[in-house]
Amino acid sequence: MLISQDDRLSFEKSKPGRRAIRLPEERYSGEDPLKNIPQGLLRQTSIGFPELGELDVVRHFINLSRKNFSVDTHFYPLGSCTMKYNPKVNEWAARQEKFTALHPLQDATTTQGMLQILWELEEYLKEISGMDRFTLQPAAGAHGELTGMMLVRAYHASRGGSTRTKVLVPDSSHGTNPASAALFGYHVVEIKSDSHGCVDLEDLKQHLDEHVACLMLTNPNTLGLFEKNILEITKLVHQHGGLLYYDGANLNPLLGIARPGDMGFDIIHINLHKTFSTPHGGGGPGSGPVGVKKHLMPFLPGPLMERTKKGYAWASPSPQSIGRVKLFHGNVGVMIRAYVYLRVLGKEGLRKVSEAAILNANYMKEMLKDVFKVATEGPCMHEFVLSLKSFVAQGVHAGDVGKRLLDFGFHAPTVHFPLVVPEALMIEPTETEARETLDLFIEAMKEIALEIATDPERVKTAPHTLPVRRPDDVLAARKPILSYRDQVREKVLLAEAVA
Amino acid sequence: MPYLSLTEEEKKSMLGQIGVRSFDELIKDIPVSLRDPKIVLPSSLSEPEIQDLISKLGRKNTSTRDALSFLGAGSYEHFIPAAALEIVGRQEFLTAYTPYQPEASQGTLQAIYEYQSLMTELTGLDVSNASHYDGATSLAEAALVALKHTDRPRLLVARSVHPHYRETLCTYLAGTPYTVEEFGFDGKGNFNREEFAAKLDPGVAGVIFQTPNFFGNVEDLDGVSEKIHANGSLMILTADPLSLGLFKSPGEWGADIAAGEGQPLGLSMEFGGPYLGYFVTSRALMRRIPGRLAGLTRDADGKRAFCLTLQAREQHIRRERASSNICSNQALCALAACAYMTLLGKKGIREIAEINWDRATYLRGKIAKLKNFEVDLTQPIFNEFRVRSKRPFVKVEEKMTAQGIFPGVLLESFYPELKDQFLVCATETKSKEDLDRFVEALAQC
Amino acid sequence: MDFPENLRYTKTHEWIAVQGAKAKVGVTQYAQGEISDVVFVDLPKQGQIVQQAKMAAVVESVKAAFDIYAPVSGKITDVNKALESNPGLINQSPYTDGWIFELEFSNPAELNALMTAAQYQEVVRQTPKH
Repeated sequence: MLISQDDRLSFEKSKPGRRAIRLPEERYSGEDPLKNIPQGLLRQTSIGFPELGELDVVRHFINLSRKNFSVDTHFYPLGSCTMKYNPKVNEWAARQEKFTALHPLQDATTTQGMLQILWELEEYLKEISGMDRFTLQPAAGAHGELTGMMLVRAYHASRGGSTRTKVLVPDSSHGTNPASAALFGYHVVEIKSDSHGCVDLEDLKQHLDEHVACLMLTNPNTLGLFEKNILEITKLVHQHGGLLYYDGANLNPLLGIARPGDMGFDIIHINLHKTFSTPHGGGGPGSGPVGVKKHLMPFLPGPLMERTKKGYAWASPSPQSIGRVKLFHGNVGVMIRAYVYLRVLGKEGLRKVSEAAILNANYMKEMLKDVFKVATEGPCMHEFVLSLKSFVAQGVHAGDVGKRLLDFGFHAPTVHFPLVVPEALMIEPTETEARETLDLFIEAMKEIALEIATDPERVKTAPHTLPVRRPDDVLAARKPILSYRDQVREKVLLAEAVA
Repeated sequence: MPYLSLTEEEKKSMLGQIGVRSFDELIKDIPVSLRDPKIVLPSSLSEPEIQDLISKLGRKNTSTRDALSFLGAGSYEHFIPAAALEIVGRQEFLTAYTPYQPEASQGTLQAIYEYQSLMTELTGLDVSNASHYDGATSLAEAALVALKHTDRPRLLVARSVHPHYRETLCTYLAGTPYTVEEFGFDGKGNFNREEFAAKLDPGVAGVIFQTPNFFGNVEDLDGVSEKIHANGSLMILTADPLSLGLFKSPGEWGADIAAGEGQPLGLSMEFGGPYLGYFVTSRALMRRIPGRLAGLTRDADGKRAFCLTLQAREQHIRRERASSNICSNQALCALAACAYMTLLGKKGIREIAEINWDRATYLRGKIAKLKNFEVDLTQPIFNEFRVRSKRPFVKVEEKMTAQGIFPGVLLESFYPELKDQFLVCATETKSKEDLDRFVEALAQC
Repeated sequence: MDFPENLRYTKTHEWIAVQGAKAKVGVTQYAQGEISDVVFVDLPKQGQIVQQAKMAAVVESVKAAFDIYAPVSGKITDVNKALESNPGLINQSPYTDGWIFELEFSNPAELNALMTAAQYQEVVRQTPKH
């Protein structure tokens, strides 16, 4: 076996007595912990960590990393995920010891540079979104939604509105929207999409009454369409005393072109790990700052920053604040990256990003439309959805096409979402991809379409060239093996797993 | 423009291929009244300029490397192995997406699986998720699990649990039918057994403890889980994961859920984040776990493979009935912790815990001899302890800061009754000279 | 596709087999096909009171979760524990070993509203295929 393909677990590579890290031997206290600490507090069970040398560990993880797709190695046309390039200068900045070695409870006089970054980032986000104030605390988009729902609740409660029990979400919304609203006992009501894929105004009107707390909206929506009736939608909801929540997952195509704040949204979350170029890290960390209009400012989680004659400082929260939603100040490392990105874009670059994102998406849509059915009509914003329903007759599903794309070196688009489109394949190229890359992807898609006609099995059983073929996810869910401990207990050790 | 690839010529030809005359035709759905807002942003910076700016802003900070810091209280200064930094910096991990396509994500998936495995070893519990946002939110989610699992309306939480954690918990539960009640601590700062027992009634869904608690005390939880379980409630424990190299694990204490902050496992302090919420439970609660789980299975050829599993719990499937709304987590932080724990290994995790205990024990002994400061030498601790200053702490802090020392975190700002008391933390990062220098400086106060 | 004559059916694809004052409930063969491989069944609790057409159990596949509605109101008297270790029984034999729960019905009149095998077969026939 090639060492680079030794895919045993670190636990399975362990050999008693091996060490990677040497720690100080000297003890200062002259006390023996085993004698000094009461017996009843001491750990009795052993800790089954693996024992490996440093080279073993490094090689283990580097070889693991090579089994991944990533933006730096592959194109990710993942709809609603905005997998744009993650600039290296962002990483360089975030790794400066002057930031990484800051304790969150240091006196503000010793962290003025850091606070200035957070302050200015908030200023830029306000400008870009048209909102009046931001909390940077939320750790991710869904955490921002959660914060947003708390703000909705606090706002209505302050106005004696405890009968507002409904949250409206379009049927094309992200799953986090209903999940976030339901966490607070809100009754989630789905609003239908009209035949063009936008919010059905008639259906919306049907559901608008004095019980509506909020409408959560992604705009452009998950079909890649700008809600052209947006001004009417926000007006209608406001007329009924409801608030408007903007899910910022798709903010990228609006940079410099239009602002959620101007559309009438009261609350917004922004995904710094999408629009503002910070890396996804295999699932996180993200950052989900939440912005509000003036009437919601008193409810924001604390602490917020303030700027005084002496410099930047943390202000005490307003008495109406919902309270903190997280430890300390949020995912600061992610914010530094977003700050650097915005400084590099500057006022000149903002709109160039959204324009290129929209152009790339429309180009791809145009090049693919003769081979695959596009779910919507007319131009799209930064993403579009294909419906692969016609291939079902050959037994090929959208997910299969996604898997086959992996063989061509492309990450799969978002599959089976949004739920309103059967066999959906949602494609978002982002602005950072070169036309050559788009053309290669288009070519691959066309080749797969041919394959479906000539050799559907090849598509249905893809991928064929990756480190593993399709995992049996039914087995994984029926008999969950979630740790090495489970393996030992269930005796699913390597030899057997391979057999 | 940096990061963009289309040339003007390409743009023109693409517009032509799309069949529109101008870009504006593509955004015709956006009402004209909304378009082209005035946005005030600074001008674009070139790379040398941004590097210079960042360096300048950095110089306005005094980091814990510039100063001698004894700050802890939920964020800890620890050494990070160079190899761990290299692993986390690996772009194939850093710039990868969530592993929804398992064939293209075996690296991330196996690393998560190994992280889960290491966390079950460390906590002595059965099932770990792939990570949560941080200690505070992870603990709040644990509380939600207890409320749902027992179908009871109340939570008990020790007042010796980190104030930010308790505040986050209250924020999460405000306006819901659920309530939180606290029980206090005794003169030594350990949870009040009588008050805990008195408040434990059939309405209690779960009880939350922290060890070492916010004051640095290692809590004696003997007999606690038995009481809680006899009452039909769940025991939730938040523990500094590094302390578990030496002290009893949540599993050994009989906890049902271990939820807390994984930052000490190889993550820098970074002014408060990104950190790592860990979440580990008994097997009975497996299907209530919030967030992603990586599982082991086989691929179509029978070869070992990893994939995300039990996804029907999650928001992208269950929508409004999901066990949690979490989507993005802190995967890269879990990778950092995974690399850190793997590098430390079986012996290293114990040694690092002992060294932390040794540094804090040494320092506490020295401070005990100072006439203007009081410590409790009988209280078991890990790497942090409580000090009472006989002089106003603000004066002490001022004097120390002037000498480049951050003496600790003032407790009074969290607990008004603990006047002039502060938390001092000493980890493996402190040499004997550092500790002696601190003691000498305190002696002058 | 199988539509046993001795069962009654709901629009939401549950079947119910009445035996005296009690009845067993499961999902139809058509439904199990739509669900695909069942990986977990969230069973109701013994003694739990369920309402007609309200959720009583959840059947999970890898990619979705399906609510199982009580065809009639009543009290849960038994659940199929075999599904805990072998949820695939629902796929293998939806009408027999794959039953989900048993209930003691509280309002026999509710049974009259349920469909016969022929009526249900018509419902399935008219359901558009995706």
